[in-house]
Amino acid sequence: MATKTIRVDTLTRVEGEGALELDIADGAVAGVRLSIFEPPRFFEALLRGRAGAEAPDITARICGICPVAYQMSAVHAIEDAWGITVDGPLRALRRLLYCGEWIESHALHIVLLHAPDFLGFPDAITMAAAHGEAVQRGLALKKAGNEVLRLLGGREIHPVNVRVGGFYRVPTRAELAPLAATLESAHAQAIALARWVAGFPFPEFARDYEFVALRHPDEYPLNAGRIVSNRGLDIAVAEYEAAFAERHVAHSTALQSGLRARGSYLVGPLARFNLNHDRLGPSVQALAAELGVAPGCANPFRSIVVRAIEVVYACEEALRLIAAYEPPPAPAVPVAPRAGVGTACTEAPRGILFHRYRLDAEGSILEARIVPPTSQNQSTIEDDLRIIATRDLELPEDELRDHCEQGIRNYDPCISCSTHFLRLEVRRR
Amino acid sequence: MSARALVIGLGNPDRGDDAVGLHVARRVATLGLPDVVVEDARGDTLALLDRWAGVGRVVLVDAAAPIALPGRIHRLDPLAGPLPRDLALGSTHAFGLAEAVELARTLGLLPQWMTIYAIEAACFDPGAALSPAVAAAVVPAAGRIAAELAEGQGNA
Repeated sequence: MATKTIRVDTLTRVEGEGALELDIADGAVAGVRLSIFEPPRFFEALLRGRAGAEAPDITARICGICPVAYQMSAVHAIEDAWGITVDGPLRALRRLLYCGEWIESHALHIVLLHAPDFLGFPDAITMAAAHGEAVQRGLALKKAGNEVLRLLGGREIHPVNVRVGGFYRVPTRAELAPLAATLESAHAQAIALARWVAGFPFPEFARDYEFVALRHPDEYPLNAGRIVSNRGLDIAVAEYEAAFAERHVAHSTALQSGLRARGSYLVGPLARFNLNHDRLGPSVQALAAELGVAPGCANPFRSIVVRAIEVVYACEEALRLIAAYEPPPAPAVPVAPRAGVGTACTEAPRGILFHRYRLDAEGSILEARIVPPTSQNQSTIEDDLRIIATRDLELPEDELRDHCEQGIRNYDPCISCSTHFLRLEVRRR
Repeated sequence: MSARALVIGLGNPDRGDDAVGLHVARRVATLGLPDVVVEDARGDTLALLDRWAGVGRVVLVDAAAPIALPGRIHRLDPLAGPLPRDLALGSTHAFGLAEAVELARTLGLLPQWMTIYAIEAACFDPGAALSPAVAAAVVPAAGRIAAELAEGQGNA
């Protein structure tokens, strides 16, 4: 039996540490294992005994790239448990904060982490010599997103201004005005970015995915909606655990998620776009059409274009929210802790993020459950890699490795969240 | 920014020796150097490119991965060439200080004058204080930065 091993000790340009192992036996792919070996962070356990009101700040610490997603899922879940409704300007401000995170996280991934794969550069630094304007555009967009986080969240990384019931402090209209100017400029930059990435060469690749995303009656989903799929799934967030199961796999310290009925599924920009294209509004829909991306797109390599389209949307939406903003009478609504169970699911940049908390009468957390998007995409990534590796088996090993890494980056995996680098190992026997 | 020079301390205050850059910057701030702005950077390293835009002289202070001698002060001149990779001015996220500096170099966004002080760390435990050898490097590092800025004053 012919045996061969290809090993990549550090897969760069992903958030976190993990490894990929490919087993190749007799000229065929025999096994694919996406191993996440960052020590599990035990956030679910350390939340026990803490006050429910602390959950948004504690869980924001799970990730420096998508802290808002954690804050939002946590705060909505606690509010669900305590019967609190946050609407009007407070709800709009949370949506604006989330737009900021989408802009900064997507811009970082598109330009600095993923684009080099398509253009044949080892990294963004090398790419910057030939595509300086595009890289500067990415940096400007990231900065614009960070400014939203700084103003509404108190700081860029691990914002501290979100509280159960609303915010600690809300901005004045005058404070939002300079942000609007920044976002106007960012909007133009985002359109140019989307046109740039749409011109990349895309590998031919398509699979019959089950796309899973939130769906809201009238919004492109960020903070709220039902969980739907292209195969008929349509459930309330509280039913999440009835429809999805997590399982431990020996090769990873992150749990893998699957639909109880059908197994692996795909979350993130491509799923959101395919299931919510009609919620994007006419100008963004027209841009998608111009860029040749239509709902039903099943090529994960084109997710970079969809991600860029979402940056355009997030800029537009942020501008709309700022224009409509009237400061609320109070920064938060009254909060009364009580015993109960609360769930929430929001759209992190990488896909749906589910939280559930069980609280006692004093509002202390008895049990916490957090299912990040990268855990949900893990088995889908493995399935993609099986196809990519089978197709590219005859290619030189460095090319095979590059293609696999590009395939992983289609999902903008945040391995830090799901339990940091990726190692790629190919064993041929 | 109208300041002549900018000193930026990088690090996480809650991760042991990772905070040494912050401590050194704070020490430099107490020296009252004329036209020198001292700042902390605890988050996004890519945002550094904006922070030093328009400033003629920039000093960065950061913790380096342990090599052999905790508290050893390395003075690096990024304008002379690429930063040494083995010093591992790294980040758990995609872009660390070395990558930010190299990206700035490629984009032509490095200041005219830049020095990096990298102090070898020993321990990055959550909640830990600076380890003794690293803490002992704070005052000498601040002194070297002050001396360097004073020396270069006429060139600003």
